[in-house]
Amino acid sequence: MDLKLKIWRQQNANDKGKLVDYDIKNVSPDMSFLEMLDVLNNELIEKGETPVSFDHDCREGICGSCSLQINGKPHGPDGAITTCQLHMRRFKDGDTIHIEPFRAKAFPVIKDLIVDRSSFDRIQHAGGYISVNTSGNTQDANAIPVNKDDADKAFDAATCIGCGACVAACKNASAMLFVSAKVSQYALLPQGRVEATRRAQNMVAQMDDEGFGACTNTGACSAECPKEISLTNIARLNREYLSSSLK
Amino acid sequence: MCDTSSGTTFGPAQKNEISKNMSWFSTTIARKFAMALSALFLIFFLLQHLTINMLSVFSEEAFNEASHFMGTNPIVQFLLQPVLIFAVVFHFVMGFVLEAKNRAARPIKYAKKDGSNASWMSQNMLISGLVILAFLALHFIDFWIPEMSYKYVQFLPEDADRYYGELVHKFENPLRVGAYVIAFVLLALHLLHGFQSAFQSVGFNNKFTPAIKKFCTAYAVIVPAGFILIAIYHFINH
Ligand code: HEM
Ligand code: SF4
Ligand code: FES
Repeated sequence: MDLKLKIWRQQNANDKGKLVDYDIKNVSPDMSFLEMLDVLNNELIEKGETPVSFDHDCREGICGSCSLQINGKPHGPDGAITTCQLHMRRFKDGDTIHIEPFRAKAFPVIKDLIVDRSSFDRIQHAGGYISVNTSGNTQDANAIPVNKDDADKAFDAATCIGCGACVAACKNASAMLFVSAKVSQYALLPQGRVEATRRAQNMVAQMDDEGFGACTNTGACSAECPKEISLTNIARLNREYLSSSLK
Repeated sequence: MCDTSSGTTFGPAQKNEISKNMSWFSTTIARKFAMALSALFLIFFLLQHLTINMLSVFSEEAFNEASHFMGTNPIVQFLLQPVLIFAVVFHFVMGFVLEAKNRAARPIKYAKKDGSNASWMSQNMLISGLVILAFLALHFIDFWIPEMSYKYVQFLPEDADRYYGELVHKFENPLRVGAYVIAFVLLALHLLHGFQSAFQSVGFNNKFTPAIKKFCTAYAVIVPAGFILIAIYHFINH
Protein backbone atom coordinates (compact mmCIF):
# COMPACT_ATOMS: atom_id res chain seq x y z
CA MET A 1 0.00 0.00 0.00
CA ASP A 2 0.97 3.63 -0.52
CA LEU A 3 0.85 6.09 2.35
CA LYS A 4 1.32 9.78 3.06
CA LEU A 5 3.27 10.48 6.24
CA LYS A 6 3.35 13.77 8.11
CA ILE A 7 6.34 13.46 10.43
CA TRP A 8 7.60 15.91 13.05
CA ARG A 9 11.17 16.92 12.20
CA GLN A 10 13.24 18.89 14.70
CA GLN A 11 17.03 19.04 14.60
CA ASN A 12 17.60 19.52 18.32
CA ALA A 13 15.98 20.73 21.52
CA ASN A 14 16.32 24.39 20.50
CA ASP A 15 15.08 24.01 16.93
CA LYS A 16 11.46 25.06 16.33
CA GLY A 17 10.58 21.97 14.36
CA LYS A 18 7.81 21.30 11.83
CA LEU A 19 5.73 18.60 10.22
CA VAL A 20 7.28 17.34 6.97
CA ASP A 21 5.38 15.35 4.31
CA TYR A 22 6.77 12.06 3.01
CA ASP A 23 5.30 9.62 0.50
CA ILE A 24 6.05 5.97 1.02
CA LYS A 25 5.13 3.29 -1.53
CA ASN A 26 4.70 -0.48 -1.50
CA VAL A 27 4.33 -0.82 2.24
CA SER A 28 3.62 -4.41 3.20
CA PRO A 29 0.65 -4.86 5.54
CA ASP A 30 2.78 -7.35 7.51
CA MET A 31 5.38 -4.77 8.45
CA SER A 32 5.39 -3.36 11.94
CA PHE A 33 5.07 0.40 12.21
CA LEU A 34 8.74 0.71 13.14
CA GLU A 35 9.79 -1.40 10.15
CA MET A 36 7.84 0.96 7.93
CA LEU A 37 9.87 3.83 9.41
CA ASP A 38 13.08 1.80 8.87
CA VAL A 39 12.19 1.49 5.18
CA LEU A 40 11.50 5.21 4.97
CA ASN A 41 14.85 5.92 6.64
CA ASN A 42 16.70 3.69 4.16
CA GLU A 43 15.13 5.65 1.33
CA LEU A 44 16.09 8.94 2.98
CA ILE A 45 19.69 7.77 3.47
CA GLU A 46 19.90 6.70 -0.18
CA LYS A 47 18.70 10.16 -1.18
CA GLY A 48 21.35 11.70 1.05
CA GLU A 49 18.82 13.10 3.53
CA THR A 50 18.92 12.82 7.33
CA PRO A 51 16.89 9.82 8.54
CA VAL A 52 14.06 10.32 11.02
CA SER A 53 15.18 9.74 14.62
CA PHE A 54 12.82 7.64 16.72
CA ASP A 55 13.18 5.59 19.89
CA HIS A 56 13.12 1.80 19.84
CA ASP A 57 14.86 -1.08 21.52
CA CYS A 58 13.25 -4.46 22.24
CA ARG A 59 10.65 -4.32 19.47
CA GLU A 60 8.52 -6.79 21.39
CA GLY A 61 6.49 -4.57 23.68
CA ILE A 62 8.49 -4.95 26.86
CA CYS A 63 11.02 -2.12 27.08
CA GLY A 64 8.81 0.93 26.67
CA SER A 65 11.27 2.74 24.39
CA CYS A 66 9.17 3.15 21.29
CA SER A 67 6.91 6.13 21.67
CA LEU A 68 5.20 8.11 18.85
CA GLN A 69 1.87 9.89 18.76
CA ILE A 70 0.24 8.31 15.71
CA ASN A 71 -2.85 10.05 14.33
CA GLY A 72 -3.41 11.73 17.68
CA LYS A 73 -2.98 8.65 19.85
CA PRO A 74 0.03 7.26 21.68
CA HIS A 75 1.16 4.01 20.02
CA GLY A 76 -1.47 4.44 17.32
CA PRO A 77 -5.15 3.53 17.02
CA ASP A 78 -5.27 0.34 19.11
CA GLY A 79 -5.28 0.00 22.87
CA ALA A 80 -3.01 -2.27 24.93
CA ILE A 81 -0.06 -2.29 22.49
CA THR A 82 3.18 -0.40 21.95
CA THR A 83 4.22 1.10 18.61
CA CYS A 84 6.53 -1.84 17.88
CA GLN A 85 3.48 -4.11 18.18
CA LEU A 86 1.42 -2.01 15.74
CA HIS A 87 1.21 -3.42 12.20
CA MET A 88 0.62 -1.66 8.91
CA ARG A 89 -2.45 -3.84 8.20
CA ARG A 90 -4.18 -1.50 10.66
CA PHE A 91 -4.00 1.22 7.94
CA LYS A 92 -5.52 1.49 4.46
CA ASP A 93 -3.93 2.24 1.11
CA GLY A 94 -3.87 6.03 0.58
CA ASP A 95 -4.08 6.88 4.31
CA THR A 96 -2.37 9.97 5.70
CA ILE A 97 -0.61 9.24 8.98
CA HIS A 98 0.45 11.96 11.43
CA ILE A 99 3.52 11.00 13.44
CA GLU A 100 4.45 13.33 16.29
CA PRO A 101 6.57 13.03 19.41
CA PHE A 102 4.91 12.55 22.82
CA ARG A 103 4.13 16.10 23.93
CA ALA A 104 4.71 17.28 27.49
CA LYS A 105 6.71 20.00 29.18
CA ALA A 106 8.37 17.22 31.19
CA PHE A 107 9.21 15.28 27.98
CA PRO A 108 11.26 17.79 25.95
CA VAL A 109 12.11 16.80 22.37
CA ILE A 110 15.74 15.73 21.87
CA LYS A 111 15.52 15.20 18.13
CA ASP A 112 12.64 14.53 15.71
CA LEU A 113 10.44 11.96 17.43
CA ILE A 114 12.75 11.24 20.37
CA VAL A 115 11.78 12.81 23.69
CA ASP A 116 13.67 12.93 26.96
CA ARG A 117 11.75 10.84 29.49
CA SER A 118 14.34 11.12 32.27
CA SER A 119 11.72 12.97 34.35
CA PHE A 120 10.29 9.46 34.91
CA ASP A 121 13.69 8.27 36.14
CA ARG A 122 13.90 11.16 38.58
CA ILE A 123 10.45 10.31 39.94
CA GLN A 124 11.69 6.74 40.43
CA HIS A 125 14.82 7.99 42.18
CA ALA A 126 12.60 9.95 44.57
CA GLY A 127 11.10 6.77 46.01
CA GLY A 128 10.35 4.01 43.48
CA TYR A 129 12.43 1.40 45.29
CA ILE A 130 12.79 -0.48 48.56
CA SER A 131 15.98 -0.26 50.56
CA VAL A 132 17.34 -3.79 51.00
CA ASN A 133 20.71 -4.71 52.35
CA THR A 134 22.19 -6.93 49.63
CA SER A 135 25.45 -7.64 51.42
CA GLY A 136 24.87 -11.39 51.55
CA ASN A 137 22.40 -11.75 54.42
CA THR A 138 19.25 -10.82 52.50
CA GLN A 139 16.09 -12.40 53.85
CA ASP A 140 14.43 -15.00 51.65
CA ALA A 141 11.56 -13.26 49.84
CA ASN A 142 9.16 -16.14 50.50
CA ALA A 143 9.67 -15.86 54.26
CA ILE A 144 7.15 -13.00 54.36
CA PRO A 145 3.65 -14.25 53.48
CA VAL A 146 1.76 -12.14 50.95
CA ASN A 147 -1.96 -12.39 50.32
CA LYS A 148 -2.52 -13.71 46.77
CA ASP A 149 -4.96 -10.94 45.90
CA ASP A 150 -2.48 -8.24 46.86
CA ALA A 151 0.36 -10.05 45.12
CA ASP A 152 -1.66 -10.14 41.88
CA LYS A 153 -2.52 -6.44 42.10
CA ALA A 154 1.08 -5.54 42.88
CA PHE A 155 2.21 -7.61 39.91
CA ASP A 156 -0.30 -5.92 37.61
CA ALA A 157 1.03 -2.53 38.72
CA ALA A 158 4.61 -3.71 38.22
CA THR A 159 3.95 -4.47 34.54
CA CYS A 160 4.19 -0.72 33.80
CA ILE A 161 7.06 -0.30 31.34
CA GLY A 162 7.48 3.43 31.87
CA CYS A 163 6.72 4.23 28.24
CA GLY A 164 4.96 7.56 28.92
CA ALA A 165 1.90 6.85 26.77
CA CYS A 166 -0.27 7.83 29.75
CA VAL A 167 1.33 11.28 29.78
CA ALA A 168 1.08 11.59 26.00
CA ALA A 169 -2.61 10.64 26.02
CA CYS A 170 -3.66 12.84 28.92
CA LYS A 171 -5.08 16.27 28.08
CA ASN A 172 -3.16 17.55 31.13
CA ALA A 173 0.06 15.64 30.38
CA SER A 174 -0.38 14.10 33.83
CA ALA A 175 1.93 11.33 35.02
CA MET A 176 -0.53 10.04 37.61
CA LEU A 177 -1.02 6.61 36.02
CA PHE A 178 2.72 5.97 35.86
CA VAL A 179 3.36 7.21 39.40
CA SER A 180 0.35 5.31 40.72
CA ALA A 181 1.66 2.08 39.19
CA LYS A 182 5.12 2.63 40.68
CA VAL A 183 3.67 3.46 44.11
CA SER A 184 1.12 0.63 44.02
CA GLN A 185 3.60 -2.12 43.22
CA TYR A 186 5.19 -1.46 46.63
CA ALA A 187 2.20 -0.18 48.60
CA LEU A 188 0.50 -3.57 48.32
CA LEU A 189 3.44 -5.60 49.63
CA PRO A 190 4.74 -5.80 53.20
CA GLN A 191 8.29 -5.13 51.95
CA GLY A 192 7.08 -1.86 50.45
CA ARG A 193 5.09 -0.65 53.47
CA VAL A 194 8.27 0.18 55.39
CA GLU A 195 9.03 3.24 53.28
CA ALA A 196 5.46 3.93 52.11
CA THR A 197 5.03 7.35 53.72
CA ARG A 198 8.22 8.80 52.38
CA ARG A 199 7.70 7.17 48.97
CA ALA A 200 4.26 8.67 48.38
CA GLN A 201 5.31 12.11 49.56
CA ASN A 202 8.55 12.28 47.61
CA MET A 203 7.36 10.75 44.34
CA VAL A 204 4.34 13.07 44.20
CA ALA A 205 6.51 16.10 45.01
CA GLN A 206 8.93 15.09 42.25
CA MET A 207 6.07 14.50 39.79
CA ASP A 208 4.78 18.02 40.41
CA ASP A 209 8.28 19.53 40.24
CA GLU A 210 8.83 18.00 36.82
CA GLY A 211 5.85 19.97 35.49
CA PHE A 212 3.36 17.17 34.81
CA GLY A 213 -0.30 18.21 35.06
CA ALA A 214 -2.96 17.21 37.58
CA CYS A 215 -5.39 14.32 37.15
CA THR A 216 -8.88 15.12 35.85
CA ASN A 217 -9.82 11.41 35.91
CA THR A 218 -10.65 11.36 32.20
CA GLY A 219 -9.30 7.80 31.90
CA ALA A 220 -7.49 8.45 28.60
CA CYS A 221 -4.23 7.19 30.20
CA SER A 222 -5.56 3.77 31.08
CA ALA A 223 -7.31 3.47 27.70
CA GLU A 224 -3.97 4.04 25.93
CA CYS A 225 -1.67 2.17 28.34
CA PRO A 226 -0.01 -0.79 26.60
CA LYS A 227 -0.12 -2.68 29.91
CA GLU A 228 -3.70 -1.65 30.74
CA ILE A 229 -2.71 -0.24 34.13
CA SER A 230 -5.99 0.33 35.94
CA LEU A 231 -7.37 3.60 37.31
CA THR A 232 -7.79 1.91 40.69
CA ASN A 233 -4.06 2.50 41.06
CA ILE A 234 -4.62 6.27 40.83
CA ALA A 235 -7.20 6.06 43.61
CA ARG A 236 -4.63 4.09 45.63
CA LEU A 237 -1.99 6.75 44.98
CA ASN A 238 -4.46 9.41 46.17
CA ARG A 239 -5.06 7.37 49.34
CA GLU A 240 -1.36 6.75 49.88
CA TYR A 241 -0.51 10.41 49.40
CA LEU A 242 -3.37 11.83 51.47
CA SER A 243 -2.94 9.41 54.37
CA SER A 244 0.85 9.80 54.37
CA SER A 245 0.32 13.56 54.64
CA LEU A 246 -1.17 13.06 58.08
CA LYS A 247 1.93 11.27 59.35
CA MET B 1 12.86 3.10 30.18
CA CYS B 2 12.75 3.46 33.90
CA ASP B 3 15.59 2.86 36.22
CA THR B 4 13.87 0.72 38.82
CA SER B 5 17.04 0.06 40.78
CA SER B 6 17.63 1.66 44.12
CA GLY B 7 18.05 5.40 43.90
CA THR B 8 21.43 6.06 45.34
CA THR B 9 21.72 9.45 43.67
CA PHE B 10 19.31 10.99 46.16
CA GLY B 11 19.57 9.79 49.74
CA PRO B 12 16.00 9.17 50.92
CA ALA B 13 16.36 11.38 53.99
CA GLN B 14 17.72 14.21 51.93
CA LYS B 15 14.79 14.00 49.51
CA ASN B 16 12.32 14.01 52.35
CA GLU B 17 13.52 17.44 53.41
CA ILE B 18 12.58 18.78 50.01
CA SER B 19 9.02 17.58 50.23
CA LYS B 20 8.68 18.84 53.80
CA ASN B 21 9.62 22.30 52.63
CA MET B 22 6.91 22.18 50.00
CA SER B 23 3.64 23.28 51.47
CA TRP B 24 1.34 20.30 51.60
CA PHE B 25 -1.45 22.09 49.84
CA SER B 26 0.56 22.99 46.79
CA THR B 27 0.62 19.44 45.40
CA THR B 28 -1.79 18.53 42.62
CA ILE B 29 -3.26 15.60 44.58
CA ALA B 30 -4.05 17.76 47.62
CA ARG B 31 -5.65 20.37 45.38
CA LYS B 32 -7.80 17.82 43.61
CA PHE B 33 -8.82 16.45 47.01
CA ALA B 34 -9.95 19.92 48.12
CA MET B 35 -11.66 20.44 44.78
CA ALA B 36 -13.58 17.20 45.21
CA LEU B 37 -14.65 18.07 48.78
CA SER B 38 -15.95 21.48 47.72
CA ALA B 39 -17.78 19.85 44.82
CA LEU B 40 -19.37 17.21 47.06
CA PHE B 41 -20.63 19.97 49.33
CA LEU B 42 -22.11 21.78 46.32
CA ILE B 43 -23.77 18.57 45.18
CA PHE B 44 -25.38 18.18 48.59
CA PHE B 45 -26.52 21.80 48.50
CA LEU B 46 -28.02 21.33 45.05
CA LEU B 47 -30.29 18.56 46.32
CA GLN B 48 -31.52 20.71 49.18
CA HIS B 49 -32.15 23.60 46.78
CA LEU B 50 -34.09 21.36 44.42
CA THR B 51 -36.24 20.02 47.26
CA ILE B 52 -37.36 23.52 48.23
CA ASN B 53 -37.92 24.60 44.62
CA MET B 54 -39.99 21.47 44.08
CA LEU B 55 -42.38 22.62 46.80
CA SER B 56 -43.30 25.57 44.58
CA VAL B 57 -44.88 23.16 42.13
CA PHE B 58 -47.08 21.52 44.73
CA SER B 59 -47.94 24.19 47.25
CA GLU B 60 -47.48 27.94 47.38
CA GLU B 61 -47.76 27.95 51.19
CA ALA B 62 -45.17 25.22 51.71
CA PHE B 63 -42.74 26.96 49.37
CA ASN B 64 -43.19 30.29 51.15
CA GLU B 65 -42.76 28.66 54.52
CA ALA B 66 -39.56 26.85 53.55
CA SER B 67 -38.12 29.93 51.84
CA HIS B 68 -38.96 32.11 54.79
CA PHE B 69 -37.21 29.66 57.11
CA MET B 70 -34.08 29.53 54.91
CA GLY B 71 -34.13 33.30 54.49
CA THR B 72 -34.41 34.19 58.17
CA ASN B 73 -32.87 31.33 60.13
CA PRO B 74 -29.58 32.64 61.57
CA ILE B 75 -27.75 29.30 61.19
CA VAL B 76 -28.64 29.17 57.51
CA GLN B 77 -27.92 32.86 56.96
CA PHE B 78 -24.72 33.30 58.91
CA LEU B 79 -23.19 29.83 58.87
CA LEU B 80 -24.37 27.79 55.90
CA GLN B 81 -24.59 30.69 53.47
CA PRO B 82 -20.97 31.86 53.98
CA VAL B 83 -19.80 28.23 53.75
CA LEU B 84 -21.71 27.86 50.48
CA ILE B 85 -20.25 31.06 49.04
CA PHE B 86 -16.79 29.96 50.09
CA ALA B 87 -17.28 26.53 48.51
CA VAL B 88 -18.44 28.00 45.19
CA VAL B 89 -15.63 30.56 45.01
CA PHE B 90 -13.03 28.03 46.16
CA HIS B 91 -14.25 25.49 43.60
CA PHE B 92 -14.03 27.70 40.54
CA VAL B 93 -10.82 29.46 41.60
CA MET B 94 -9.15 26.08 42.20
CA GLY B 95 -10.58 24.90 38.88
CA PHE B 96 -8.79 27.78 37.15
CA VAL B 97 -5.55 27.17 39.09
CA LEU B 98 -5.48 23.48 38.11
CA GLU B 99 -6.44 24.28 34.54
CA ALA B 100 -3.51 26.72 34.31
CA LYS B 101 -1.07 24.08 35.56
CA ASN B 102 -2.55 21.49 33.21
CA ARG B 103 -2.22 23.76 30.20
CA ALA B 104 1.36 24.64 31.12
CA ALA B 105 2.15 20.91 31.25
CA ARG B 106 1.80 20.72 27.44
CA PRO B 107 3.23 23.92 25.96
CA ILE B 108 3.36 22.52 22.41
CA LYS B 109 0.04 21.06 21.30
CA TYR B 110 -0.41 18.09 19.00
CA ALA B 111 -1.07 18.94 15.37
CA LYS B 112 -3.46 16.00 15.15
CA LYS B 113 -5.78 15.29 18.07
CA ASP B 114 -7.98 12.31 18.79
CA GLY B 115 -10.00 12.62 21.96
CA SER B 116 -11.91 9.37 21.49
CA ASN B 117 -10.12 7.76 24.44
CA ALA B 118 -12.13 9.75 27.01
CA SER B 119 -15.62 11.27 27.30
CA TRP B 120 -16.37 14.79 26.05
CA MET B 121 -17.57 15.77 29.53
CA SER B 122 -14.33 14.77 31.20
CA GLN B 123 -12.25 16.73 28.70
CA ASN B 124 -14.33 19.90 28.91
CA MET B 125 -14.97 20.48 32.60
CA LEU B 126 -13.75 24.05 32.15
CA ILE B 127 -16.32 24.81 29.44
CA SER B 128 -19.25 23.39 31.41
CA GLY B 129 -17.86 25.10 34.52
CA LEU B 130 -17.68 28.50 32.81
CA VAL B 131 -21.30 28.22 31.68
CA ILE B 132 -22.30 27.36 35.26
CA LEU B 133 -20.29 30.38 36.46
CA ALA B 134 -22.09 32.67 33.99
CA PHE B 135 -25.39 31.25 35.20
CA LEU B 136 -24.40 31.83 38.84
CA ALA B 137 -23.72 35.48 38.00
CA LEU B 138 -27.23 35.74 36.52
CA HIS B 139 -28.67 33.90 39.50
CA PHE B 140 -26.99 36.34 41.87
CA ILE B 141 -28.39 39.33 40.02
CA ASP B 142 -31.84 37.72 39.84
CA PHE B 143 -32.33 36.41 43.34
CA TRP B 144 -29.50 36.89 45.74
CA ILE B 145 -28.76 40.60 45.30
CA PRO B 146 -32.44 41.67 45.52
CA GLU B 147 -32.83 39.36 48.50
CA MET B 148 -29.82 40.78 50.35
CA SER B 149 -30.91 44.29 49.49
CA TYR B 150 -34.44 43.59 50.74
CA LYS B 151 -33.22 42.23 54.03
CA TYR B 152 -29.97 43.94 54.88
CA VAL B 153 -29.87 47.22 52.91
CA GLN B 154 -33.41 48.48 52.62
CA PHE B 155 -34.50 46.71 55.84
CA LEU B 156 -37.95 46.13 54.38
CA PRO B 157 -40.46 44.51 56.75
CA GLU B 158 -40.48 40.73 56.88
CA ASP B 159 -43.09 39.31 54.55
CA ALA B 160 -43.33 35.55 54.76
CA ASP B 161 -45.56 35.33 51.67
CA ARG B 162 -43.52 37.21 49.10
CA TYR B 163 -41.24 34.36 47.89
CA TYR B 164 -43.64 32.47 45.65
CA GLY B 165 -44.64 35.60 43.75
CA GLU B 166 -41.01 36.59 43.25
CA LEU B 167 -40.14 33.15 41.90
CA VAL B 168 -43.06 32.96 39.49
CA HIS B 169 -42.38 36.47 38.26
CA LYS B 170 -38.81 35.51 37.26
CA PHE B 171 -39.97 32.67 35.07
CA GLU B 172 -42.27 34.81 32.93
CA ASN B 173 -39.42 35.81 30.65
CA PRO B 174 -38.73 33.14 27.98
CA LEU B 175 -35.12 34.34 27.58
CA ARG B 176 -34.42 33.71 31.23
CA VAL B 177 -36.08 30.30 31.07
CA GLY B 178 -33.97 29.49 27.99
CA ALA B 179 -30.73 30.53 29.73
CA TYR B 180 -31.80 28.51 32.75
CA VAL B 181 -32.35 25.39 30.66
CA ILE B 182 -28.98 25.71 28.89
CA ALA B 183 -27.14 26.23 32.17
CA PHE B 184 -28.69 23.17 33.75
CA VAL B 185 -27.93 20.99 30.74
CA LEU B 186 -24.29 22.00 31.15
CA LEU B 187 -24.48 21.38 34.88
CA ALA B 188 -25.71 17.88 34.06
CA LEU B 189 -22.69 17.38 31.76
CA HIS B 190 -20.36 18.77 34.47
CA LEU B 191 -21.78 16.33 37.00
CA LEU B 192 -21.94 13.34 34.64
CA HIS B 193 -18.18 13.31 34.78
CA GLY B 194 -17.56 15.26 37.97
CA PHE B 195 -19.64 13.47 40.58
CA GLN B 196 -18.06 10.03 40.16
CA SER B 197 -14.68 11.66 39.57
CA ALA B 198 -14.82 13.25 43.03
CA PHE B 199 -14.86 9.78 44.58
CA GLN B 200 -11.71 8.85 42.67
CA SER B 201 -10.06 12.12 43.77
CA VAL B 202 -10.60 11.33 47.44
CA GLY B 203 -9.15 7.85 46.84
CA PHE B 204 -12.41 5.89 46.85
CA ASN B 205 -12.38 3.22 44.15
CA ASN B 206 -13.38 -0.30 45.19
CA LYS B 207 -16.12 -2.92 44.86
CA PHE B 208 -18.78 -0.25 45.50
CA THR B 209 -17.57 1.89 42.59
CA PRO B 210 -19.86 0.44 39.87
CA ALA B 211 -22.90 1.12 42.09
CA ILE B 212 -21.63 4.60 42.99
CA LYS B 213 -21.13 5.42 39.32
CA LYS B 214 -24.75 4.46 38.60
CA PHE B 215 -25.94 6.60 41.49
CA CYS B 216 -23.84 9.56 40.31
CA THR B 217 -25.17 9.26 36.76
CA ALA B 218 -28.74 9.15 38.03
CA TYR B 219 -28.13 12.22 40.20
CA ALA B 220 -26.44 14.11 37.36
CA VAL B 221 -29.47 13.58 35.13
CA ILE B 222 -32.37 13.78 37.59
CA VAL B 223 -31.37 16.81 39.67
CA PRO B 224 -30.67 19.25 36.78
CA ALA B 225 -33.75 17.89 34.98
CA GLY B 226 -35.77 18.70 38.11
CA PHE B 227 -34.66 22.35 38.04
CA ILE B 228 -35.45 22.56 34.34
CA LEU B 229 -38.94 21.07 34.76
CA ILE B 230 -39.79 23.48 37.58
CA ALA B 231 -38.77 26.48 35.44
CA ILE B 232 -40.81 25.24 32.49
CA TYR B 233 -43.78 24.47 34.74
CA HIS B 234 -43.94 28.03 36.03
CA PHE B 235 -43.35 29.46 32.56
CA ILE B 236 -46.28 27.53 31.12
CA ASN B 237 -48.58 28.03 34.10
CA HIS B 238 -48.40 31.82 34.25
C1 HEM C 1 -18.88 27.97 39.41
C2 HEM C 1 -18.49 27.51 38.27
C3 HEM C 1 -17.70 26.23 38.16
C4 HEM C 1 -16.51 26.11 37.53
C5 HEM C 1 -15.73 27.20 36.79
C6 HEM C 1 -16.11 24.73 37.67
C7 HEM C 1 -14.96 24.21 37.14
C8 HEM C 1 -14.53 22.92 37.33
C9 HEM C 1 -13.34 22.37 36.74
C10 HEM C 1 -12.38 23.10 35.81
C11 HEM C 1 -13.26 21.09 37.16
C12 HEM C 1 -12.19 20.08 36.77
C13 HEM C 1 -11.02 20.10 37.69
C14 HEM C 1 -10.04 19.05 37.27
O1 HEM C 1 -10.29 17.88 37.49
O2 HEM C 1 -9.01 19.39 36.68
C15 HEM C 1 -14.38 20.82 38.02
C16 HEM C 1 -14.63 19.63 38.66
C17 HEM C 1 -15.79 19.35 39.33
N1 HEM C 1 -16.86 20.19 39.53
FE1 HEM C 1 -16.97 22.10 38.97
N2 HEM C 1 -17.07 24.04 38.37
C18 HEM C 1 -18.07 24.92 38.69
C19 HEM C 1 -19.23 24.64 39.40
C20 HEM C 1 -19.58 23.40 39.90
C21 HEM C 1 -20.80 23.10 40.62
C22 HEM C 1 -21.93 24.11 40.92
C23 HEM C 1 -20.74 21.78 40.95
C24 HEM C 1 -21.69 20.90 41.70
C25 HEM C 1 -22.88 21.17 42.05
C26 HEM C 1 -19.48 21.26 40.47
C27 HEM C 1 -19.05 19.98 40.62
C28 HEM C 1 -17.83 19.49 40.22
C29 HEM C 1 -17.36 18.15 40.49
C30 HEM C 1 -18.11 17.06 41.22
C31 HEM C 1 -16.06 18.08 39.94
C32 HEM C 1 -15.14 16.88 39.95
C33 HEM C 1 -14.14 16.97 41.07
C34 HEM C 1 -13.08 15.91 40.93
O3 HEM C 1 -12.76 15.47 39.82
O4 HEM C 1 -12.56 15.50 41.96
N3 HEM C 1 -18.80 22.27 39.82
N4 HEM C 1 -15.15 21.96 38.10
S1 SF4 D 1 1.24 3.38 33.17
FE1 SF4 D 1 1.06 2.38 31.15
S2 SF4 D 1 1.18 4.09 29.69
FE2 SF4 D 1 1.97 4.88 31.65
S3 SF4 D 1 4.18 4.55 31.58
FE3 SF4 D 1 3.31 2.71 32.57
S4 SF4 D 1 3.00 1.26 30.87
FE4 SF4 D 1 3.29 3.27 29.91
S1 FES E 1 10.63 -1.10 21.25
FE1 FES E 1 10.47 -1.95 23.28
S2 FES E 1 8.36 -1.68 23.70
FE2 FES E 1 8.48 -1.02 21.64
